[in-house]
Amino acid sequence: MHPAPSVIFFSTFSGLGFGLLFWLGLGWPSPDGVVAFVFFAIAYLLAVGGLIASTFHLGHPERALKAFSQWKTSWLSREGVCAVAALIVMAIYGAGAVFAGEHWRVLGVIGGLLSLGTVFTTAMIYAQLKTVPRWNMPLTPLNFLSLSIAGGALLAGQVTWALWLILLAGAIQLATWIVGDTRFATSGTTLATATQLGGIGQVRAFEPPHTGTNYLLREFVYVIGRKHGFKLRVIALVLMTVLPIVLLLVPFSHVAGGLAVLVHVAGVLAARWLFFAQAEHVVGLYYGKR
Amino acid sequence: MTELPKTTQKKLGLVIDLDTCVGCHACVISCKGWNTENYGAPLSDQDAYGAAPSGTFLNRVHSYEVQPNEGAAQLIHFPKSCLHCEDAPCVTVCPTGASYKRSEDGIVLVNESDCIGCGLCAWACPYGAREMDQAAGVMKKCTLCVDRIYNDNLPEEDRIPACVRTCPSGARHFGDLGDPDSAVSQLVADRGGVDLMPEQGTKPVNKYLPPRPKDQMPEIDVLAPFLAPITDQPKGFLGWLDRTLDKL
Repeated sequence: MHPAPSVIFFSTFSGLGFGLLFWLGLGWPSPDGVVAFVFFAIAYLLAVGGLIASTFHLGHPERALKAFSQWKTSWLSREGVCAVAALIVMAIYGAGAVFAGEHWRVLGVIGGLLSLGTVFTTAMIYAQLKTVPRWNMPLTPLNFLSLSIAGGALLAGQVTWALWLILLAGAIQLATWIVGDTRFATSGTTLATATQLGGIGQVRAFEPPHTGTNYLLREFVYVIGRKHGFKLRVIALVLMTVLPIVLLLVPFSHVAGGLAVLVHVAGVLAARWLFFAQAEHVVGLYYGKR
Repeated sequence: MTELPKTTQKKLGLVIDLDTCVGCHACVISCKGWNTENYGAPLSDQDAYGAAPSGTFLNRVHSYEVQPNEGAAQLIHFPKSCLHCEDAPCVTVCPTGASYKRSEDGIVLVNESDCIGCGLCAWACPYGAREMDQAAGVMKKCTLCVDRIYNDNLPEEDRIPACVRTCPSGARHFGDLGDPDSAVSQLVADRGGVDLMPEQGTKPVNKYLPPRPKDQMPEIDVLAPFLAPITDQPKGFLGWLDRTLDKL
């Protein structure tokens, strides 16, 4: 799948932002006044900035409001509804903390859960697709949710929680890669089922429909960088899990904490790039490619 | 709404005969022509006369080589367009309701004025039937020539999809696959028509007729056995040349 930068940035940063909103909603930490303002500002910059970035890949962003209408069937529509609900509820909760010094617990918990719901719906946009076997498994939402909660804990300054959650997110990331590598083969879709010509003999794509490329090949058969997949996985895992844990284990300072956030985000960005670049769509079979 | 209709009154679709398709791509051209000049945004091309041409097509013809266990390989031309699935995954993923399946005839369409061009429907389609038009920024797909089949301004013989109308080898058939007595349903039953990627669970309406087994020519010439070469080893001058070259 084509790794569109707008979608990679959107899913990484909004995941972090909603992860931070989740922790703020639960009340860990429960700041008020200026400190609360800074926390909420960071969370909203990440979450809203990510959402705005996601509209860059649309053909007609001016019609984006229509995307809130089909929540009954569409995970993309549910994501939009959930995101707006989470942002409104957390804005009211945040206003209470910043201006009144009040922490309306029920509101915070609802907002926190809606924030996690937003990350879940984002992941389900990918996990629902039977056409991309690597994504079509429960590990995909687990991967997105664990990274969001771990990154949120890191931003929220919950050092002990962050340590264990980053370790857990790293383990889930590893499992996502290992299981994901087998998904295309176990999906049962091959050139023989795609063409239904396997009964005659061995099928080979002989001639494509055109000499040039097309939208389908650009969007779904992205092979650049796959050969570096293993090295990039190692780099991603070291950045998002190993280095942040080392930085959190040294006596706490804001410099080490900030550095942990930066390397963690860099690692998640690399992993998210691989999430797209290594995903193979079954339509590639028709072109004799994957 | 992007909820799929539970049933449709008709199941209009195509039956494509892989036995008779000659791979001439006439259906590709007539489709592009009709759908560029009529319903919806035109099917644009980018760099059409340059070094890297690319464009939007609703129908494309692949060619596959199939090697049986014994005998010569076969070349099979394989036209592919939207299969107007009963359980169309492209419809339910649409966030705006632009994609829909009609309850009256089962045709899957895109309302282009509602499409935000997110591309998710193309991701959900296993067949590559949907293409984002790079000029219009909206999703394009086969309409089963909805602006021909119900068009009273056209002569009756033209009220079929452009690809079917133009096919010179009669490899494309159009009709109601929901009616077991229709000509297309009979054809599918006779020839053992199949679904593409049945494991994806899309329940395509369009059916493909597999190539028929190649017939065998019986040996009827009584003299032929006497004309067959009786030795593999060359004799005379060629034999001498063969032996000499072997020794060098």
